[in-house]
Amino acid sequence: MPLSGLEIYKLLPQTNCKECGFPTCLAFAMKLAAKQAEVKQCPYVTEEAKTKLEAAAAPPIRLVAVGGAGSKIEVGNEIVLFRHEKTFYHRPGLFIRVRDSQGLEAIQTLVREADAYRVDYVGIPLGVDGFAVEACSGDASAFGAAVGAVCGLSKKPLILMSRDPQVMAAGVKAASGATPLLHGATGENWQGMVDLAKASKLPLTVEAPTLEGLAELTQNVSKAGVEDIVLAPAVKGYRDSLIELTKVRRLALKKMFRPLGYPVITFPGVAANGKVDEAILAAEHIAKYGSLVVLDRFDPPSLYPLLVLRQNIYTDPQKPIQVQPGLYEINRPKGDSPVLVTTNFSITYFAVSNEVEGSGWPGWLVVADAEGMSVLTAWAAGKFDADRIAKAMKTTGVQDKVLHHKLIIPGHVAVLSGELEEALPGWEIMVGPREAVDIPGYLKAMWK
Amino acid sequence: MPVTIEVPKEKWSGKVREVTLGATAAEGGTRSRTVTVGGEGTLAGLSFDGELPHSPALAIEVREKKPEDWSPLLYQAWGEAMQDPADWARAAEEGGADLIQLVLSATNEAGQANTPDNARAVLRKVLKATGLPLMVIGPGQAELDNELLVAVAEEGKGERLVLGVCEDKNYRTIVATAMANNHLVQSKTPMDVNLAKQLVILIHDMGMPLERIVMDPTTGALGYGIEYGYSVMERLRLAALQGDGMTQQPMVVTPGEEAWKAKEAKVGEGVPKAWGEWKTRALNWEALTAASLILAGADIAVVRHPETLRRVKTLVEALATK
Repeated sequence: MPLSGLEIYKLLPQTNCKECGFPTCLAFAMKLAAKQAEVKQCPYVTEEAKTKLEAAAAPPIRLVAVGGAGSKIEVGNEIVLFRHEKTFYHRPGLFIRVRDSQGLEAIQTLVREADAYRVDYVGIPLGVDGFAVEACSGDASAFGAAVGAVCGLSKKPLILMSRDPQVMAAGVKAASGATPLLHGATGENWQGMVDLAKASKLPLTVEAPTLEGLAELTQNVSKAGVEDIVLAPAVKGYRDSLIELTKVRRLALKKMFRPLGYPVITFPGVAANGKVDEAILAAEHIAKYGSLVVLDRFDPPSLYPLLVLRQNIYTDPQKPIQVQPGLYEINRPKGDSPVLVTTNFSITYFAVSNEVEGSGWPGWLVVADAEGMSVLTAWAAGKFDADRIAKAMKTTGVQDKVLHHKLIIPGHVAVLSGELEEALPGWEIMVGPREAVDIPGYLKAMWK
Repeated sequence: MPVTIEVPKEKWSGKVREVTLGATAAEGGTRSRTVTVGGEGTLAGLSFDGELPHSPALAIEVREKKPEDWSPLLYQAWGEAMQDPADWARAAEEGGADLIQLVLSATNEAGQANTPDNARAVLRKVLKATGLPLMVIGPGQAELDNELLVAVAEEGKGERLVLGVCEDKNYRTIVATAMANNHLVQSKTPMDVNLAKQLVILIHDMGMPLERIVMDPTTGALGYGIEYGYSVMERLRLAALQGDGMTQQPMVVTPGEEAWKAKEAKVGEGVPKAWGEWKTRALNWEALTAASLILAGADIAVVRHPETLRRVKTLVEALATK
């Protein structure tokens, strides 16, 4: 938590020597609090005060980067418990688990496919963030070969999984050029793991059965010189995950409890059985405080919904995703093509334009400025009414492009028909379907 | 160096109202059991802060008439049972549902407007087929809703049905008939904390006890605005726990209806290959929509596919474990 000007003032020499460039220590303290000055401008500040000031300026949850040869992902540094309080900043990484016991050929097939995976969601390309290679064999050379095979095909961020520092060292060697996250340090092996992480400047996870155990380990690891830490709490099911991850986030944010002020890694497939379902548990980890989520399988019909959920939960609630209001031409429309109107909320726009496009019908799509809200929400808020629609019709000049006078409005705002006929004299208002998915059927039935 | 940790706990001053759906013979109805939701003194699953006396209830959406535009996957799942709401409700009960949401049709087989007499007959049939409490929803046209729901309320007098939906433009008739016949009501408002609260106030002002109101804040599906509904629900629940009395109604959500509208769930052809195998994707679409809303505080989730019911049940049961 940042210190106030007065709290900082108490840590300064209070001699008003002016050597920092400010008239008094208090003035300097105020500038420090506003982040407009740096502590080192004071020649007389004690080491102790300096450490305290630097620590207070650090974020409550450390930002940790996990890298591959070609890209990296940064996780952590969240500042709220609920997205509406501000926003969630760093989307959790979704990693695919690869086992060294699978055999090199199977590993290559999997990595090639998962690395190339791209799916489009409202114009945003989404994909797998990286791979978590696990030393199931317990054999250093097998592990090294598996890591090498993954690195040969993917430059995405890596997580290396082994509890044996010697086996891990072989993986680190094979991943040269990357900054893999090492998973992980336990109460037994942490010294060996710390040596390895320190030597190659790599981030390290810590595993312990309790939060107390985790806190104790992070302190040991951090004292030994590794600062980029990721917590791996021993959670297995829906309930313990939710409770433990909430506790970690609360301790970090509300108590500034440094020993747990780190991102969290989860393995939702570990307990996958009749009682727990990997996709649902991964969804829980995305919504509630996971930072890196390792999936047991590369499975597009599970991965795609998870990627979309992550995108939704990590959208900034203060900034609805908007598209530019205006006239959009779909499938090369002509003078006799239908005219449809919708709002400029991106998801609404994409749903409608995808459907019209998919239907094969040429069409004119008028996107009205509804301040980035969906049809129902905008209508309820008075941002998608007859005046706004009429205005959009006029400013886009669609009237000059078509030979007919028929406008299709969303079924949810059927109630606007009367007002619209008054606002747009000579136009026939047609009430379209309530849902975008029904547009192709509607056009087929209603448009001649 | 051993560490002791004191986890910051929330001392909430308020809690969610308990609402009981359905009435057994002893209580003036014919249900084999009742379902109580609400009562939470904490956020979903966080039993270390407060009480979670009831786990969220899962309902299956049953239509009076087999719908024409549902996904083929849903026809495969329910098969012949969809031809008759009584068979469908029975199948849903066998599949593990806690509640049945019965949606009345706007028209009959011949395409004419549904009638109060027919609505009575449908209710009788479904009440006979299942012992579960029912939520009865009108076809969504104000006048017809009122006409049919008044008939349903009289026919099912004493059953503690949930009648819906009450919207700000049409709630008086439904609330009046629910009060007169010992039923409950469901309010519905478009993704806004204040609108949700306002409608509860209006319904309560008519004399309806708060113990007989559930609220649908409207949510959206995964990929189609779920983040709005999710955050509105979290804000409503936090307000309830902070003691704002008119936000303390249990929340009912419809992830089934929302998710199966999405192309990702509904169709298997003409979609990007990267979406993956259709059935798994569709079921995940519904399950993840439902799971997210349960984490945001839903007390009743209405789903469509029996497999979703089974999967989401593992979540609600786990979260409710003491």
